[in-house]
Amino acid sequence: MTVPQGYSAATRLALRRESVSGLLRRHLLLILGLACLVAVGVSLLVGRYPASLWTSPGVLREDELARQLVLNLRLPRVLTACLLGMTLAACGAVLQMIFRNPLVEPGFLGVSQGAAFGAGLSILYLGSAPLLIEGTATIFACLGLTVSYLVARRVRYGGWILRLVLSGIAVSALFSSGVGVLKYLADPLTQLPDLVLWMLGGLWGVTWADFLYILPLVIPGLVVVILMRWRLNLLSLDDETSFSLGAAPGRERTLVLVAAVAATASVVSVAGVVGWIGLIIPHVARRLTGADAQRAVPASLLLGGLFALMCDALSRILLAGEVPLGILTSFFGALLFIFMMLSRSIRVQR
Amino acid sequence: MNPDEKAWTGPSSAQSGIISLSRVSFSYNGKEQDVLRDLTLDIPAETITAILGPNGSGKTTLLRLMLGVVRPRQGRIQIAGRWQSSYSRREMSQLMALVPQNEHIPFDFSVLEYVLMGRAPYLSPLGMPGDGDRQIAIESLQAIGLDHLRERPLPNLSGGERQLVAVARALVQRPRILLLDEPTAHLDLGNKSRLLEILRSLAVQGISVILTTHDPSLAATIASFAVLMRHGQILDAGPVDRLFTAEKLSATYGVSVQVFQIDGRRIVLLPEG
Repeated sequence: MTVPQGYSAATRLALRRESVSGLLRRHLLLILGLACLVAVGVSLLVGRYPASLWTSPGVLREDELARQLVLNLRLPRVLTACLLGMTLAACGAVLQMIFRNPLVEPGFLGVSQGAAFGAGLSILYLGSAPLLIEGTATIFACLGLTVSYLVARRVRYGGWILRLVLSGIAVSALFSSGVGVLKYLADPLTQLPDLVLWMLGGLWGVTWADFLYILPLVIPGLVVVILMRWRLNLLSLDDETSFSLGAAPGRERTLVLVAAVAATASVVSVAGVVGWIGLIIPHVARRLTGADAQRAVPASLLLGGLFALMCDALSRILLAGEVPLGILTSFFGALLFIFMMLSRSIRVQR
Repeated sequence: MNPDEKAWTGPSSAQSGIISLSRVSFSYNGKEQDVLRDLTLDIPAETITAILGPNGSGKTTLLRLMLGVVRPRQGRIQIAGRWQSSYSRREMSQLMALVPQNEHIPFDFSVLEYVLMGRAPYLSPLGMPGDGDRQIAIESLQAIGLDHLRERPLPNLSGGERQLVAVARALVQRPRILLLDEPTAHLDLGNKSRLLEILRSLAVQGISVILTTHDPSLAATIASFAVLMRHGQILDAGPVDRLFTAEKLSATYGVSVQVFQIDGRRIVLLPEG
């Protein structure tokens, strides 16, 4: 872009910045998508083996062991991290819209605590084979959702949203007290560390089997969410208004809710409780794209993938052992949140 | 601006109104107490109808019944000559649009994004608005004179502007019937007159405008047909000329009021204590 002569240096700089931001805005989704791909590639080369921080691609060609490690351990892990971030952030955006509340996150309907309880149950009584833990966690996550839903249906006062939020809080509290009991009962030397690590969230030891395990729920869930993304705008309006626009607010909200939460349940069952992605990333995305879900949902999805990949890469290289992913996402998520609150870009109208 | 220009001249031929209720009763959640009792009503097409009554008289509930958000416990509703229940959601949303009172919008949609939502009745369930829809939305904003606000976030607008934008969103649905719930409740004089002007021109274009209000002066200014409600019942319905007597309005509001005529316009006043 050529900047007209005769302006002051500051004006020229401002004009150039304007055109750059316009360009970014128009091609944002494309840029984010490419960034995601690059992040997947870079993540594969970041870690503690064979080199302690960065492995150049040339090394992989020669070192058979390193290649095996990258293909069999790092690749499924990186893909899972990406999918985890995408699912949590996209579903967070969806839930914030259908609950018409910008402070909702995807695990709140009893899903995260349900999964934690299921995982704990499995670690204590069923065995700690990964697929066994994941299976139990998924079942209990879905159970958490179902119970929240059923309780909400039987509450006799308040709007539908208030009822779901209330019963979600109550059911989560029930499950988390259950988790407390399990922690108390767990063998402090063998079982408790497993349980605590799971609760902190992380992706160590994720294999191809784990990655494949989450696909059957995550892919359909995300497809529904992506296909209905413009429709979400209607569902974020008052019931009467969205009804007058031809939507069936109750039925359509339930459909996207089930799709989003089922996807969340399955990633949570593999990765443990990874907080803040589903809450903060949609805010960042809306800041970049505007509120229209047609762009905000895909932007959340891609940003979430990017954020999770970065946090997971950091979790591998920061310490000699691993920093649990959930700690890093909470740390950076909360920092972002404070930053955004101070810059007054989060508006909560209640 | 002479309200008598479009004075209601009785139902055209034998055809019933654009919306007809026959013996409709309604109660919330199957409770014993009926909110609306035994309503029979014919609303004439292509005019402005005011549903008038004190707070809590069931005006908004009547509007919700017409829209179909809630279904009558008893009785049937006919809309444009067909039973309400025979319409699909899509057909209904192309026929009737709503401008709600005090809409709460939790996200910072831009004005254009919000108005575009009015195209939903013409899109497939998974469809997204295209350039044609965008054009229609922009034209609708131009028609109400708010095109310059297109990119502004909705929460930054004044109450009056937001109300007008909601009308633009409803008009994008290309409805034959426009329902408005207390449309002027929070508007200053300037915005009020702008809104009334728009509603009048809609009626001239052949749209049936139905609004609720608790303000008899507003009804007298704009409506040709009025429905008087009290305690969930219809006291009377008919041309404004006939209904706006001190006696009928006093019965509606349960206080004695006086009706004066100045320059051919009716003004309703409380008597001096």
